[in-house]
This record gives sequence, C-alpha cells and structure tokens, in this order.
Amino acid sequence: MSPVVLSHLRALPEIWLLVATCAVMLIDVYSKDERRRVTFYAAQAALIVSFLLTLYVLYESEGTRQVIFSGLFVSDVMGHLLKLLCYVAVSGALLYSQQYLADRSLLRGEFVTLLLFSLLGMMVMISAASFLTLFLGLELMSLCLYALVALNRDSAVSTEAAMKYFVLGALSSGLLLYGMSMIYGATGTLNIYEVAGHAARLAASPTDRTFLIFGLVFLVAGLAFKVGVVPFHMWIPDVYQGAPTAVTLIVGTAPKLAAFAMAVRLLVNGLIDLAQDWQQMLALLAVLSMALGNITAIAQTNLKRMLAYSTIAHMGFMLLGLLSGVVDGNRLNADTAYSAALFYIVIYVLMSLGAFGVLLYCSRAGFECENLDDLKGLNRTNPWVAFLMLLLMFSLAGIPPTAGFYAKLAVLSAAVDAGQVWLAVVAVIFSLIGAFYYLRVVKLMYFDDPKEATRAAGSTGFRVALSANGLALLVFGIMPQPLMALCFVAIRTL
Amino acid sequence: MLLSLSIWIPILAGAAVLAMGRIEGGSRDALVRWVALAGAVLGFLVTIPLYTGFDVQDAGFQFVERHLWIERFNVWYHLGVDGISLLFVLLNSFVTILVVIAGWSVIESRVGQYYGAFLVMSGLLNGVFAALDAVLFYVFFEGTLIPMFIIIGIWGGPNRVYAAVKFFLYTLLGSLLMLVAMLYLYNKSGGSFAIADWHRLPIPLGVQIALFFGFLFAFAVKVPMWPVHTWLPDAHTEAPTGGSVVLAAILLKLGAYGFVRFTLPILPDASRELAWLMIALSLVAIAYIGLVTLVQTDMKRLIAYSSVSHMGFVTLGFFIFNAYGVEGGLVQMISHGFVSAAMFLCVGVLYDRMHTRMIGDYGGVANTMPKFAAFMMLFAMANAGLPATSGFVGEFLVIMGAMKVSFWLALVAATTLIWGAAYTLWMYKRVIFGAVANSAVSALKDLNPREFAVLSALAAAVLFMGIYPLPFTEVMHASVNELLRHIAVSKL
Repeated sequence: MSPVVLSHLRALPEIWLLVATCAVMLIDVYSKDERRRVTFYAAQAALIVSFLLTLYVLYESEGTRQVIFSGLFVSDVMGHLLKLLCYVAVSGALLYSQQYLADRSLLRGEFVTLLLFSLLGMMVMISAASFLTLFLGLELMSLCLYALVALNRDSAVSTEAAMKYFVLGALSSGLLLYGMSMIYGATGTLNIYEVAGHAARLAASPTDRTFLIFGLVFLVAGLAFKVGVVPFHMWIPDVYQGAPTAVTLIVGTAPKLAAFAMAVRLLVNGLIDLAQDWQQMLALLAVLSMALGNITAIAQTNLKRMLAYSTIAHMGFMLLGLLSGVVDGNRLNADTAYSAALFYIVIYVLMSLGAFGVLLYCSRAGFECENLDDLKGLNRTNPWVAFLMLLLMFSLAGIPPTAGFYAKLAVLSAAVDAGQVWLAVVAVIFSLIGAFYYLRVVKLMYFDDPKEATRAAGSTGFRVALSANGLALLVFGIMPQPLMALCFVAIRTL
Repeated sequence: MLLSLSIWIPILAGAAVLAMGRIEGGSRDALVRWVALAGAVLGFLVTIPLYTGFDVQDAGFQFVERHLWIERFNVWYHLGVDGISLLFVLLNSFVTILVVIAGWSVIESRVGQYYGAFLVMSGLLNGVFAALDAVLFYVFFEGTLIPMFIIIGIWGGPNRVYAAVKFFLYTLLGSLLMLVAMLYLYNKSGGSFAIADWHRLPIPLGVQIALFFGFLFAFAVKVPMWPVHTWLPDAHTEAPTGGSVVLAAILLKLGAYGFVRFTLPILPDASRELAWLMIALSLVAIAYIGLVTLVQTDMKRLIAYSSVSHMGFVTLGFFIFNAYGVEGGLVQMISHGFVSAAMFLCVGVLYDRMHTRMIGDYGGVANTMPKFAAFMMLFAMANAGLPATSGFVGEFLVIMGAMKVSFWLALVAATTLIWGAAYTLWMYKRVIFGAVANSAVSALKDLNPREFAVLSALAAAVLFMGIYPLPFTEVMHASVNELLRHIAVSKL
C-alpha cells in the first residue's frame, strides 16, 4: 500500500464506526425483537471493534503525532486516549439504558443510531486539526444529542429541555464560529497548528493581538457553553432534569471528553501564545462555576438536577488545571497542569457514568428514581448498590481513598505550582460546601429507612458493569499512577 | 512489613466482615462477630513485635518500608514509627479489640457493616500514625472520616444525622486547608512529599505563619481546641459506645499527633512566634471548658467536654517547648486514650441497661452494681488525675514543664486538677451513690463476664501506667529530645 493510504489508516476507527453505524441502522430495520437485542449487541460489537482498532492505531503510532487529510485530522495519544474513554462511556450508556428505555417504550433503533453518530461526531472533534473539522464534529455530535434529549417526544418537559438545548446550543455554535472566523481573519488559516505559528508572531504586535483576543473571547464563550460553566451553564440543569435519565447519562459523560479535547485543541494547540489572556477568562469562569454550582446544588431536591449543578462545579474545578499551565510566559508546568485537567475529566466521566447508572438501576417500570428521597434506605434494600453509590459520592466529594481525591489533588497541585494559591484556597472552600450535598445522598441511603421495601434488580450484565464502574474509582484511588502517567504522556505528545 | 500488616490486616478483615454480613442479620451474625474479633486480635498481635523490637536509643524512624507509589507526584508508600508514634499504633490496635468485644451483644442491626467500619477505621488509623509521606498521611487521615461518618449516622442516638454531618464537614474544612499547605510545601521542596524532607526545608517567617494556620485548622479541629470543639460533644453524645471510644481514644490524638509531626518540626519559628496563641487557647480549654463540664447533665457530654479539657493539656505541653511538656503531652495522650475509652465504656454499660444517659435518671447504682461501681471509681479517679493512675503522670509532667516557663502558667494549668476532680467526682456521686433513685435502677444487673473482661483490661492498663510509667516514657525519650533539638534551630 502507498504511504498515503497507510497514513490514512490512522483514521481507521472513525471510518469503521461510520460503516458500522450504517450497518447497525440497517440491521435494526429488519429486527422484530421488542427489546432490540440484536441492535444492541451489534452496537456493542461495533464499539469493541472500534476500541481494538484505536488500540492498534495507538500501538502503530508509537506515541507520535501525525496530521493527515491535508491538515484536517490529527492523530495523537491524547486523541486515542479520549476516544477509548468515549467508547467505554457509550458502551456503558448502552448497557445501563436498555432496560430503562424498554420499560418506558422508548427503545427504538434511533436511540442506538443517534448515539453512535454522536460518538462519531465526538471522535471527529477529538481528532480535529482544523477549525472546519472541529465544527463539523461538534455539530454532528450536538444534533444527535438534541434529538436524543427529545427522545420521549410526548413528554412536555423533555421537549422543552430539547428545545432549550437546541436554541442555546445553536447560539453557542454561532459564537464559536464567529470566534473562529475572527482568528481566521487574523491568521489566514483554518489549520490549528498553522494558527499557532501565526499567533506567536501576531501576539507580539499590540494591534494584531487585540484582534486575536477579540476572536478569542468568542471562542472561550463558545467553549464555555459546550463544557457547561457559569455564566454559560443555563441549559445544563434543564437538560439534565428534562431528558430521560438514560439520555442524561449520555449528555453528562462522553461529550465532556469531546469538549475537553476541543478546549485543548483550540486554546493549547492553537492559541497558547495568548495563554495569559485566556487563563484570566478561565479563572473567572472557574470561580463562578465552583461557587454557583456547589451552592445551588444544595437547594436541589431532584437528584438529576443536583448532579447537573455538581457537573458545573466539577467543570469549574477542571478549568483550574487548564489555567495553570503558563506562568509569565513560562511553559515549564504546562504538561503537568494540562495532564491534571485531563486526569480530572477522565475521573469525572467515570463518576458521572456510575452515578447515573445507579439512578437507572434503581428505576423500574412506572417508577422514576430521580428525587433525593427515592434513594432513602437503599442500604437496607440493596446494600451493594448503596455501597457503590457511597463510593461514587465520596469520590465526587474528593475524599480519599477514592479516585476523585487524586483528581482534585492533581489540579490543586497544578494551581499551587502556578502560584495561584488563592485560587486553590477558593477551590477547597467550595469543595467543602460541595461535600455537603454528596453527604446528604449518603445520609439518605444509609441513615434513613426505605419508603417501600422494593428491591431494584437489573440484569447480570448491568450489575457487573455497574460494580466494575464503582470499584474502578476505588482501584484508581489506590493505584492512580498508571492512569496519571497515561494522561501525562498524552499531553506531552500533543 | 509489620507496619503494613498492622494496617492491612484490620482493613482486609473489615472487608471480609462487610462481605459476610447480611442486612437482616440472623445466624450469620455470630460468625461475623468471631471473624471481626479474630481480625482485631491478629491486628494487635502483629503490633507487639513493634514494641519488643523497638530500639529505644534510636531517635530515627524504625521498621521503615518504602516503595514508590505514585510516580507522577513522587509519592511514596513510606511507613515507619519513632518513639512518638509507636505507642499510638499499639494503643489503637488494643482499643480495637475492646471495641469489638464491647459491641458484641449490643449491636443487633447491620452487624457486618458495624464491625466492617470499625476494622477498616482501625487499619486507617494505624496508617495515619505510621505514614511518613504527606499524601499517604492525608489519605489515611481523611479516609477515617468515611467509616466514622457511617458509624455515627447508622448506630448513633436520636440526633445522629446532625452530629454525623457536623463531624464530617468540620473536620473536612480543616483538612482541606491542610492539603493546600501541603501542596505548597511540595512545590517549595522541589517536588517531595516526604515529611522528613520538609523538616529540613528553610521557610521565611511570613510563609511559616500562613502555613501554620493552614495546619492549625486541620489539627485544632481534630484535637479539638477551643473554639472549634463544638462538634465533639455532639459527635460523642450521638455516637454508639464503640464510636465514642474510638473517637476519644484515637481520633482526637490525630490532631495532637499532627502538631508534633508537622507543625513543630516544619514550622519551628512560626510555632515559637505563635506559641502565646496556642498556650492561650489551651488554657481556655483547660479552665473554661473545665467549668462548662461541671454543668453538663448528660454523662457522655460531660466526658466529651472533659476530653476537650484534657486535650488542652496536651497542646499546652507541646507549645512550651521543653522535654517535660512534650513528653507529658504524649503521656497524657496515651493515658487519655485508656481513661476516656474506659469512661465511655462505663457509660455504655449503663446505657445498654437503662437507655438513658442523663445523670438525673440515675442514683444509687452502687447498690445494684457494686462491681461496676468499683471499676468506675478507678476510672473516675484516673480522669481526675489522682496519683498512681495514668492520668496523674501526664498532667504532672506538663505542670512541671509549665512551671519552668512561668509560675502563673503552671498555676492556671493546675486548676485542672480541681475542675477535673470536681466534675468527675460530682458526676460519680450523683450516679453511683445515694439512695436508689427509681425502680429501673433497682432492677439493674451487675457486669456480665464480657464487660468485666473489657473493663479489667483497661483498669490494668490505667494502674500499670500510673505506677510504673517507664515502659511508656522510655521509648519516647530519644525521639522527643531529637524533636526539641530540631525545633530549637531557626529555619528562616
């Protein structure tokens, strides 16, 4: 094979997933099974093959970075790592949601197809080397998610959430696009790596710098929408609450990884020379998110809404890592800081997956486990699931020996290294406030008596996956080194 | 290896007990209890060679284990004990056995979870005292919050949820600020979390003072020092007997231990600079809390406040910077571990029978429970610091140390002997002596063999330590002298 074809093999996972998704769509048309078992198995198989292909590409690349498709697509370790985690998240989402959707007669082939297409969009985003591919990937992902949120089309709450998500999402895409066009105007290129070269030159001249910063503001605003941080967070609580829990699980996991990749591509790969400008913006976003997220979460009685505000707070915490990379133009700490943020988001996605997984597990036909009181006395009716949720909650609160602690430790350490001690202090004070509402969940499960003695029972596969998910946080809490090292390599080879 | 065993045997036994236990209970519970007891006894047995094999001449860390744990942050699984921490590992493992026995027939709901939580916590506590790496220390230090939160919340009294949440959030606030201080030291030491490296790190005074307050919050809440002591009476009152015992005997020692391990050697200049503050807070705890203790009507609350007062003695001893003070403080910690555990167990014995902790509900217990009254007499005397009991040794040493600094300081500190005697003996009189107060008291049964065994073990420890404290103090000498030499040198 010619070198060109060989180098394009780096996009094999994406190519495969596109083909496989079309195949799954076709298979589903001929499936008469009420529970769509074949569709789900096919989708899982497609994900497993994607996983193996990505591993293969990672192995072949030997940790190098390669830009292919005439500068549209980049293949690097961070991309592979994030894609692998996206497969895990989506695969988990499929596993966790099958029963839930079937109980509510929402189980249609579209669910799987849309989910896989949005995964494809995420993969394109993660590997984008150009503004164009980035935007294409983003839209593919977002459009599928809008449709997924409206999956329960007869529910007014769901459709309202979808509408809100769509309108705000479109607005944020517009902001992002506008920012990109400003940067394009200044640098004359869409390729992120070329933008970096031009930006380094332009940043030296005050006039050009102003122009770049103008574009940067819109980029950051667009990013903030997608990541979901204050003051661009309004859609999150409504979408999390309004969407069926199975879809909330999807919205709250893999897209976060894609949004993180987008932030790294745009800000770190593209505009690192403007770091001192975007770091200030991120600092503001981070503090506001931690404050509003943690304080508002206390007042929630709906678990999904509480987790939505907790997401906002966590994303703010993650930004602390991103904004600690460059100190006075010195990039010595950059790898450490960005890998801390990457580690944080990876752990966060695992926790979020598990927490919504528990909600799905406890939901039954005709019973939606979504209010805090629905978890009352879980320790009596289902001690193992309660224990998993306990691990998840303490991990979210950042208490050792769970993985959430090391995520916080890494990010705080990056902030202190960057001389941002005051930011670190603010962060720990808000995470103390945050600990309260996670504790309340533990309190309800362990200290209160159950409302009714019904025992939730999921399939064996669900139980095993949920257990693995919860215990992973304990395992990463006792042995965080491998994952941390992987994150570090991913950032170093950016 | 021994230290690892002392940490992991209880934790693994705890995990096993958790896995075996059933919510509904039934026949499984007996097995669970025996496995828990086996785990606790085994955990204690492996700590005995630590004492017998300890070289009292050596001021450094012994039984050291060191493996790379998290390479990214240069964090090591680094364990070791010196004369300061050794006794706490032993004390903790010993108390764990008592706690397991004390809950034997009292705890009936969720037995597996109860013993699982206690055993896991016991392992974590040993970890705190043995850790020589700051992250490892922090993980153990904060990890203990989870089982304690569960213990208070599930098996506690009527107001348990409030107490559990208050306990958790209070201590979390302190430890999070400590985490930031630790990260700062990590940064300044060029990427090392080894506590021994931090001992050698030069730090300017302004920074030392800032860090001092970072650590102070964490440790002051745990000790607890006035005015951040308010979580303690709630937590103690609501916790089940075993929970109160572990809280008083071990958890409170974490804060004081933190002062000796972190604050004094890492920040000696700030410690000297702010010694007046620490001494003032300690004196308030001794004198003011002593008075507050007098008026308590709830026995557990009374003992809880007396703990605050006694721990004030410990912090006072540490911040007068002489060998009498520091050793006295350490001895006081061990002694308080025995005495407060015993006092809470005594209240537990009464509570199991009467289901009330109010002093007013009792009276004339000596008539129906003579053996119990004798034991409680001994522990009350020890709590008041009577000579020939363990309580006397520490207080005497600290007062001697204070006398070297200033007569007036010693005078205020010595008032504790009056307050201590007043509140303990007055409570004893109202509960034990006098006419039989009501029919419930007259129906009381004396100690059963299980309770008798537990209290005898503690009584023996209290008397032995009071009459012949040398085995306890001799292991400390070298390390304490080394510590004092170290903090005498400025690190500016």
